[in-house]
Amino acid sequence: MQYMDKLTVSVSPHIHDNSSTRRIMIDVLIALVPALVASILIFGWRVALVVAVCVSSCVLFEWLFEKITKRPNTIGDYSACITGTLLAFNLPVTIPLWQAVFGSAIAIILVKQLFGGLGKNFANPAITARIVMFLAFATTMTNWYSPNEGTSLWVYPIDGVAGATPLALMYRTADTAPFAFLRSANVEGLPSIWNMFIGVRGGSLGETSNLALLVGGIYLIIRRVITWHAPLTFIAVVFVLSALLGQNPIYHLFAGGLFLGAIFMATDYVTTPQTNLGRVYFGIGAGLLTVIIRVYGSYPEGVSFAILFMNILTPYINKFTETKPLGGMKV
Amino acid sequence: MGKLMSISRPHRIRKIKGISPPHHKNTEFSKVVKLPLTAVVNIPMKMHSGKPAIPIVNVGQDVKVGQLIGEMGGYVSAPIHSSVSGCVQSINMHDAVTGQDSVSITIASDGLQTMYPDIKPPKVTTLQEFYDAVRDSGTVGLGGAGFPAAPKLAIKNLDELDYILINGAECEPYVTSDTRAMVADYKNVYGGVKLLLEYMKPRKKIYICIEDNKPEAIRVMEEVFADEEKVEVFVLPTSYPQGERKVLVYNVTGRIVPEGARLADVGVIVTNVTTIAVFARYIATGIPLINKIVTVDGSAVRNPQNLLVPIGTPIRELFDFCGGFPDGEPRRIIVGGPMMGYAQPSLDAPIVKTTNCVLACHETDDAALMLTACIKCGRCLTACPMRLMPPNIESAYSIKNYDALKHFKVNMCVECGSCAYVCPAKRPLVQVMQLSKEALWLQK
Ligand code: SF4
Ligand code: SF4
Repeated sequence: MQYMDKLTVSVSPHIHDNSSTRRIMIDVLIALVPALVASILIFGWRVALVVAVCVSSCVLFEWLFEKITKRPNTIGDYSACITGTLLAFNLPVTIPLWQAVFGSAIAIILVKQLFGGLGKNFANPAITARIVMFLAFATTMTNWYSPNEGTSLWVYPIDGVAGATPLALMYRTADTAPFAFLRSANVEGLPSIWNMFIGVRGGSLGETSNLALLVGGIYLIIRRVITWHAPLTFIAVVFVLSALLGQNPIYHLFAGGLFLGAIFMATDYVTTPQTNLGRVYFGIGAGLLTVIIRVYGSYPEGVSFAILFMNILTPYINKFTETKPLGGMKV
Repeated sequence: MGKLMSISRPHRIRKIKGISPPHHKNTEFSKVVKLPLTAVVNIPMKMHSGKPAIPIVNVGQDVKVGQLIGEMGGYVSAPIHSSVSGCVQSINMHDAVTGQDSVSITIASDGLQTMYPDIKPPKVTTLQEFYDAVRDSGTVGLGGAGFPAAPKLAIKNLDELDYILINGAECEPYVTSDTRAMVADYKNVYGGVKLLLEYMKPRKKIYICIEDNKPEAIRVMEEVFADEEKVEVFVLPTSYPQGERKVLVYNVTGRIVPEGARLADVGVIVTNVTTIAVFARYIATGIPLINKIVTVDGSAVRNPQNLLVPIGTPIRELFDFCGGFPDGEPRRIIVGGPMMGYAQPSLDAPIVKTTNCVLACHETDDAALMLTACIKCGRCLTACPMRLMPPNIESAYSIKNYDALKHFKVNMCVECGSCAYVCPAKRPLVQVMQLSKEALWLQK
């Protein structure tokens, strides 16, 4: 037996589990599918168009930037597809397509690649791009298109009218005594809780179907892609605090982009803490900020700002929640 | 560090959970088969940590089985004995398993296996004689790094010794040699424990620590030690790296070994189960450490099994005996387990004292192909038994920030590979740990 010229000599460990960056990204994409389907059912085929434009322009920008700067091509890890999908989910279905392309450029070039690409950016690309677009295109970004109340979800396409989001409607009756919502009458024009849960309401195209988002979140937790820490604390804090401030907490859960933000953006590895404890702090902070912005701020929706702010705090949370080595001594 | 730390409830398993690589304990029930004698053995003088042994034989000299051929090179060192009878062919520089150069003695076997006439049981009646016997047996820590057993047992604060943990966890995938030692060589394991009880007198207990995926070993050990009130079989959940000594101490006794301290500083000694069987055999018969149970496994091997192998046998012989490679050449040869073993460039490496397993695998490991930037998923933090933060160490290393490397305690890394095993970005974290330690060491 005098051979052995093909032996690979690698460093230990010589086995690895079957996870990979790409597999994780594919899982996230799979988890986004239910919300995508729901969105198409609710808002119509233009949803698919907006998502396709965002995804393809994100991938294109990533490829172009890496080509020009002579960096290795990373579109194969699918992270740009996620950014594109999440960005689209944060836009109204009526968004002009060139604005969607502009947002993709912000997300990929400004927020991700200029900071060094995958793993190096400090802020969530989709969220930041959404905020920039929100400031730049205030009119088109708030052109909410409400599906008609009472239309069955499964009748397609659903007729829609331009209207306000439930969150915006709620503030017309702001009474901030604790649990005031228990006394106040129903707000005119608010969709029913069930419709809000399944997503038949105005809002960004991917944020409305909480049911579908939840399905995706459970899939990610089962696949161990994300942990429950950030989403659960985020949602719980919003629920409790909004109730204390007199708001109807159920509406605060289901109206606006809370589920989308908590499940898909507050769990982005790169821009949120690494430890479970840190993730709990992230969730608490994001929950507090969301409610404060929603109730006291001038924007009806606080989730994006809250997540961006917590992204900025993440390095400090990481510092603060460093693990303590087993038996480690102070240097 | 003389003060002992407080202790709480031994039988509750605490927080170091580790990871769960596939077990692959295919050879768990395979009887230990004696490998037929090979023509030439090649015995390195450094099969332990510390100073290498110094050859005391000359080329052309006749040696017998069990004859001393290398004497200790210092206090932390171990004597080395011939595993065959025959003639010293050469004394040369030869690659040992770890890839380091070291002196080794090549002996051509005469096929007779004549025992060295001076072999007789040593006289052991006092603690010092016990230590001397352990030293003369050539025993080193057979679970891993090969720290010579005598200096490990000869602790200064023997009166503060509470526990001796006999490590039979064997958490590496594939490896079953300790399991077989517990089942087949239980007499010597028993003998070793009795010696420890008699001479080291731990204040509390001796625990035989076994993972729960080895029911046969657990049963045998429980039967063997049924009448010993100070000895107990401690069944641990199966996880990697359960057998890492600091992890074992923590999971069994709840004690945390401070950075830089010895286990004895918290009143514990950990010793591998095969290790105690080896010096027990020496004290009973005078036969030193000259052979080893080795697991031969891997997808490329026809008949995976456990072999009793004379030290110095080239790994090629083991694979040949196990039926060779029916499906063609393997892609990888690993000495040791897949988590911490060493990949080999050829089949020439000899079996040394610490070898417990040789693997030949068809599967390649595509980790390098799937390498991406760290996505900060935090999985490695959860996996690390020492609770270190591999990504922080990696980025500190990449910018040569030595203060940060110290801050993140890279020195405490036990190179178990758990972090790299779970990393989806397939970062070469163990390599980073080794390079960082080296950088810190050079900087000193
Ligand atoms: S950092 Fe070291 S001790 Fe921790 S898991 Fe990685 S190799 Fe093991
Ligand atoms: S497991 Fe790998 S990708 Fe995840 S944080 Fe650790 S080094 Fe980074």
